[in-house]
Amino acid sequence: MEKLLIKNGIVVDPATDTQVKRDIYIENGLIKEIAYESIGKNKSGIDINVIDANNLYVLPGLVDMHVHLREPGFEYKETIKTGMKAAIAGGFTSICCMPNSNPVNDCKEVNSFIINKAKSFDLCNLFTIGAISRSNKGLNLANIGDLKHSGAVGISDDGRPVEDSSLMARALLYAKTFDMPVISHSEDIKLRGKGLINEGIISHKLGVNGIPSASEEIAIFRDIKLAEYYGASLHIAHVSTKGSVELIKMAKNKGINITFETCPHYFSITEESLLSYNTNAKMNPPLRTMEDVNAIKNALKDGLFDVIASDHAPHSEDEKNTTLDEAPFGIIGLETSLALTLKLYHEKYLSMLDIAKLMSFNPARILKLQNRGGIRNGNIGDITIVDPGKKWIYKKENIKSLSKNSPFINKIFKGAALYVIIKGKIFNL
Amino acid sequence: MSYGKKDLISINDLSKSDILYFVETAKEFKKISLQDIKKVPTMRGKTILNLFFEPSTRTKTSFEIAQKRLSADTINLSISQSSVAKGESLSDTILNLQAMKPDAFIIRHYESGAPFFISNITNASVINAGDGINEHPTQCLLDIMTIFEHKKEIKSLKIAIIGDIFHSRVARSDIAGLSKLGAEIYLYGPQTLMPRFINSDNIKIAGSMETAVKEADVIIMLRVQKERTSFYFIPSIEEYRNYFKLTCEILKLASKDVLILHPGPVNRDVEISGSIINSGKTVILDQVENGIAIRMACLYILLGGRHS
Repeated sequence: MEKLLIKNGIVVDPATDTQVKRDIYIENGLIKEIAYESIGKNKSGIDINVIDANNLYVLPGLVDMHVHLREPGFEYKETIKTGMKAAIAGGFTSICCMPNSNPVNDCKEVNSFIINKAKSFDLCNLFTIGAISRSNKGLNLANIGDLKHSGAVGISDDGRPVEDSSLMARALLYAKTFDMPVISHSEDIKLRGKGLINEGIISHKLGVNGIPSASEEIAIFRDIKLAEYYGASLHIAHVSTKGSVELIKMAKNKGINITFETCPHYFSITEESLLSYNTNAKMNPPLRTMEDVNAIKNALKDGLFDVIASDHAPHSEDEKNTTLDEAPFGIIGLETSLALTLKLYHEKYLSMLDIAKLMSFNPARILKLQNRGGIRNGNIGDITIVDPGKKWIYKKENIKSLSKNSPFINKIFKGAALYVIIKGKIFNL
Repeated sequence: MSYGKKDLISINDLSKSDILYFVETAKEFKKISLQDIKKVPTMRGKTILNLFFEPSTRTKTSFEIAQKRLSADTINLSISQSSVAKGESLSDTILNLQAMKPDAFIIRHYESGAPFFISNITNASVINAGDGINEHPTQCLLDIMTIFEHKKEIKSLKIAIIGDIFHSRVARSDIAGLSKLGAEIYLYGPQTLMPRFINSDNIKIAGSMETAVKEADVIIMLRVQKERTSFYFIPSIEEYRNYFKLTCEILKLASKDVLILHPGPVNRDVEISGSIINSGKTVILDQVENGIAIRMACLYILLGGRHS
């Protein structure tokens, strides 16, 4: 009988759009009581754990809906266990892993393997995203019904776009039959060609092939049109350009059932991070210009984005210790996502309620994670307690992820999660 | 009662009373097939050309038997050995055959609208024996006849049509015909195989197999073709079997005296449990039997009527 009292915290609840000082009592993994007056008076005893959250923000457990764990297949980059540890260290109670493992999570066997393995550790919640197409090859639909029935919460070919528009259209329709959300990696891969970083002044300066912003925008436009035409629910992953923000405005104005995600690196740093051929700043979509960064920040402020996710993409040091051409795309992000987002809180782009929406309520809603994403009686006792003022340095030796491919190493951050509570169990960070 | 048109191309061309007239006439013709000598001279001297541009077992045999039992002179044109295979156009083929003065063309074609096209360039009667994904009007009539053998009325019956609706000419004709008779129609299948533009209050797309089958008076199961796994309509036959097959368990939700129809050919244990068929819970063979009666009635009404 785990009992936990979180007292004196500022409870940020996007479900009710409130931010009030309240106490929360969690028993047997569920939120039992929320009160303005201290529950502590009548709930005391040696068997109750108490967290004094005075001056801290109490958020519904953060959900990172876009994470790459590398198990099965690439356990030297990240395992399910190390990924979950990194998630907790970053303040997350739930993560959703993309299917591009080896074998790809395109069937119930792989899906069940990942889910069961995650359950065997008493760490965070793990939800799986299954594949849209078999082996992520874009040639035929994966057994989406089987994926749903074995526990997947969405489907995506993330890492690769679904190039064939008719496959995307049918995937949207077929997934609708199973009430399964579709997540799109929107990219015109032929237009990207051999591109490595954003096409612009920096790619010219470095003499490397660029990735035009149009390769993202063309594909996002197609996906908006497909979602509109077929009336299907679609989520667009990792939006990075100003042009894409214009498309989001258009889609939102038309009331199309589509949600958008961006990642902390797209509102924090620019293509200039690549000036020294820094492979730890190479990801896809690539870091863009200051104009794009500002557009993403303003779009967040204007409420155009639904989700902030890390797109945590671990690669080993050896793989990244090479030329820009040879190094794989991707950076880790689970342990820096919250801190980078809190920077927007300090800069007044986002309120704490906005952050709770972008990093908990909306991902839970989009993926239909039951009883999560809000602080209410009966919900699962997943809580993240945040100190926005805590200063810390992101040091390589402290990284929990098995891989260290981050452009933010040695950066000083302001703001962190102090406690992560998962089904009532406390992780003191 | 009479039917004024020379052709049977689409169920949409028939009024409610036309449909009932065809079915009533078929009831009479059904008796002939039960006699010792299964032949009447009704169509003596009539020439009927069966043009099957697509493989067919059931429908082709059914039409041929109907014609023979009515004493018509029947010619089957095998398309693979005809001048069509040599590159002759469809209209030239029909005009040449027309010059031989047939009384009727029975057309099965892989392209929607082909029987309609043919009906416009010939004086002979044209019966659509299935065109592309468009219509199969005689199948609809035999389905209605089969339902009437068990139900007094079709009005306000709950009829579930399950499977590949989009590619099914049977479904298109059945939906049109059953709607005219006032049925409440529930469609179910993967969304990729559902029609997307329906603007009729009596036709609903069910959210689940259970919703479609619950308290249904009639269930019409449709065949799903293996080819649907290409072009991304379904992921695999295994998955179809797991989530879209009519099972004994789901069937329990239906009305007690539910009728189960299937136009054939059946993929056992893909769209329907083999055990449902084995236990005699379907009227699939009644449909086949009634098919002959309906086709006799169609020939009689279209050809006999004009000359009487």
